[in-house]
Amino acid sequence: MSLIVNGTSVAPPDDPRVSLLDHLREGLHLTGTKKGCNQGACGACTVLVDGERILSCLALAVQYDGRHITTVEGLAQDDALHPLQAAFIEHDGFQCGYCTPGQICSAIGMAAEVERGVPSHVTADLRADAALTREEIQERMSGNLCRCGAHNGIVAAIQATFVVEAQA
Amino acid sequence: MSILDTAKETAQGLMQGALEKLVPLAPDSWIPGGVPDPLIARKHGLIGSPVSRLDGAFKVQGQAPFAAEFRFDRMTYAALAYATVARGRVASIDSAAAEGAPGVVLVMTHRNAPRMNTPAVFGSSPSAVGPSDLPIFQDDRVHWNGQPIACVLAETQEQADHAASLLAFTYDEEPSTTTLEGARAAGTEQGVMMGRPLLNKIGDADAALAAAPHSVDHLYRTPRHNHNAIEPHAATIAWVDDQLHIHDASQMVTQQAQTVAEVFDLKPDQVRLTSPYVGGGFGSKGLWDHQIIGAAAAKLCGRPVRITLSREGVYRVVGGRTLTEQRVAIGAQADGAIDALIHTGMAVMTPHNSMPEPFTLGTQSAYASPNITLQVKMAKMNMLANTFMRAPGEAVGTFALESAIDELAVELGMDPIDLRLRNEPDRDPVSGLPFSSRNIAEAWRRGAEAFGWNERSATPGTRRDGEWQVGMGCATGTYPYYRMPGAEARITLTLQDGAIHAKVEIAAAEMGMGTSTTTAIVAAERLGLPIEQVEVAYGDSAIPGAIMAGGSQQTAAIGGAVIAAHNALVAELLKLAGNDSPLAGLSPDEVGSEGAALCKLDDPGRRESYASILGRAQRDQVSVTQAGSPPLELMHWSMHSHSALFCEVRVNAVTGETRVGRFLGAFDCGRILNPKTARSQFRGGIIMGLGMALMEETQFDERNGRIMNPSLAEYHVPVHLDVPEIDVIWTDIPDPHTPMGAHGIGEIGITGVAAAVANAVYNATGRRVRDLPITLDKLI
Repeated sequence: MSLIVNGTSVAPPDDPRVSLLDHLREGLHLTGTKKGCNQGACGACTVLVDGERILSCLALAVQYDGRHITTVEGLAQDDALHPLQAAFIEHDGFQCGYCTPGQICSAIGMAAEVERGVPSHVTADLRADAALTREEIQERMSGNLCRCGAHNGIVAAIQATFVVEAQA
Repeated sequence: MSILDTAKETAQGLMQGALEKLVPLAPDSWIPGGVPDPLIARKHGLIGSPVSRLDGAFKVQGQAPFAAEFRFDRMTYAALAYATVARGRVASIDSAAAEGAPGVVLVMTHRNAPRMNTPAVFGSSPSAVGPSDLPIFQDDRVHWNGQPIACVLAETQEQADHAASLLAFTYDEEPSTTTLEGARAAGTEQGVMMGRPLLNKIGDADAALAAAPHSVDHLYRTPRHNHNAIEPHAATIAWVDDQLHIHDASQMVTQQAQTVAEVFDLKPDQVRLTSPYVGGGFGSKGLWDHQIIGAAAAKLCGRPVRITLSREGVYRVVGGRTLTEQRVAIGAQADGAIDALIHTGMAVMTPHNSMPEPFTLGTQSAYASPNITLQVKMAKMNMLANTFMRAPGEAVGTFALESAIDELAVELGMDPIDLRLRNEPDRDPVSGLPFSSRNIAEAWRRGAEAFGWNERSATPGTRRDGEWQVGMGCATGTYPYYRMPGAEARITLTLQDGAIHAKVEIAAAEMGMGTSTTTAIVAAERLGLPIEQVEVAYGDSAIPGAIMAGGSQQTAAIGGAVIAAHNALVAELLKLAGNDSPLAGLSPDEVGSEGAALCKLDDPGRRESYASILGRAQRDQVSVTQAGSPPLELMHWSMHSHSALFCEVRVNAVTGETRVGRFLGAFDCGRILNPKTARSQFRGGIIMGLGMALMEETQFDERNGRIMNPSLAEYHVPVHLDVPEIDVIWTDIPDPHTPMGAHGIGEIGITGVAAAVANAVYNATGRRVRDLPITLDKLI
């Protein structure tokens, strides 16, 4: 049994109570994924599992045998930041930086959901292709709390990364 | 207290009194800031151009280490158990099951905790930052519902959490005060802030109010709030020989280290506290029980400890903003001239802490009035010690004052901006001091134009968009300029391979305000070096001096210390330069820095580079440490930041739901050092203000004193969909009397926001809500 974290096969924890979040942080020393509430309310622990965003605090590590888990440490390629990471810096999409890894992982998963045509609460026409409007981004990112109030910068960074990409 | 101490205090009191009499009368040039900082005049450098955060790449890759992310060998994990009564004694503790649970290393309660001194309560000395004057784990007493009463250490967090759940306690309960009415009935007392009563009386406001042809007189209420930084409080702690190492999340690194040292009878240099990254603070990231419990447990078991509060634990252990009940009464002439301004009321604190919520501070300098009465009274409740939260005093005080001003404008049939400008004071109405810099009228003018204020209907409830009622409101925000004493800076220039590298060390904290980046910008400009050649070190108690990220004063405190250290550096370099230098014969105050060189200020061609000076002196390094000047400017001028805030809300006529559609803040906060991070600070404050206006409330169970919503699911903060694009503009007019011409801007953003929202809700609906938060039940 093993998990594949950022491309590397790793052993699961001995204790089945260990959440995926705690396994990443305390077992694997991948502390980029953050613990803000440990009860699924803040989104700081968001990681990607086979490309889908999940709250790692509400996931048991042992559930993820054979699954590909991407954390914020796995986004940069060959020392180059992921375009969204660079956009967060450019648009000042954070202050303290604690919710940031969750915001970034969540936004990447969110953009893929829109790409797949998954509607949201604010999608007016369920038959049309979902679009990454400002309101759609805000609605879909509302599970990621930011207390410093970097919301405008986060939305701007997401738009700059994914909306431009979609238009290109 | 000994006779010697009493004499010392009396002498200090006399000295303070004499300073307060003499400093206002002294010529400007004797006062720090009396001669404008030369950097104010430098227009084309890094200051004022947008610079991305220098730590940004670490943060977006998850590489910035926070307090709970450091590791020690053989580290144990802590879990806490919390009392469930408001006051009494722990009668029995059954810890057998917990002690026998797998992985448990230690169960610590008051029965086996090491003997420790009581932490010195905040403000009782310059370095005292204890949360209250209560001993921690030293007796069986319970002082609040939620007080930590046991700590379990285990090999893993899961084992510790499980074992803590096995602990059982019984209590001997004692009578407690947990209702507002009970606290009021027990008697209120004069609020005292840092030794000063929160009481100002000018003229006879009661008589003037009664005589005024127009008046408003209402009560406003604000609930408890929690900071809710997304990083829960945590510390990773180890004793190494007789040294205590704490990786903490701290807004006051040096003071915390010193207070902890006293708790454990250590010398100050035996505690090393580092805090390179802080995941949000807003006033909360100080010393609370958990660091002391963690250090005590580590001492007792002989192993390092990681203590991370759960989110519930943050609500139980870390205090928030207290509730207030404020009366604002204003009497005015028909033309709007204010005759009487009364802002009084009460807030709640505990018998053991030192934090009255000073909601009248912002009113002191707000409006010209010949008759003013301001007073904060405190009632006492058995609860967790309340503390400062972003703009303590002003955040809630401006809600009451600026709502009342709006009500007066309605009463007079005046535009609320005109009413405010009609009452602009030409000097501080309470202290009588001249303002150092006050361009609030300019902020109003520019803000009104950018927001389109002229499109507002003065008659409430007249704009409609389907089922949405639309309205506009405005308010003034205000926060004082502070610069606390104690800041030092160490500047070290190193010559390596012909290039100069500067290291600037400051005992400051970075919680995301952008301090490390802004300090690098300012230091680079002051030293005349490219920012790439300047390194800033901070967040470490081993650095000299003590700087607090509080009171929006850190930028000024650092700025003042760097000015002093730079002056010392110039003097030191001139000494090294000697008689063979083009600078020979010049005194330090004739010389400045530019282009990696010292040059004569009024003849920049007369210069010698740092590299040349060091090279000729056969030195590869020069280092100076200097403290900033005493902040006498605060006694010489009335120094404040201001904002003009504009809000457009949509209130659903069917459900009562309020949505903020547009918000604009026009700020007058001196010169803006880094527009990119400053905009984020302003927006962040405004967004926290939107939360305060519409949703935030720590719910306190008056039956037993327990906080009922200790989670981010039940304490609502603004989420992405609640936050519109927030426009921020600023006057950028330097304050001639501050370092760099700048003001700290961490707290001004939240002030006035709740009033701007409430005033917009009134304009939309004709309903005046004087009781925060403005939830839909108050509008249906």
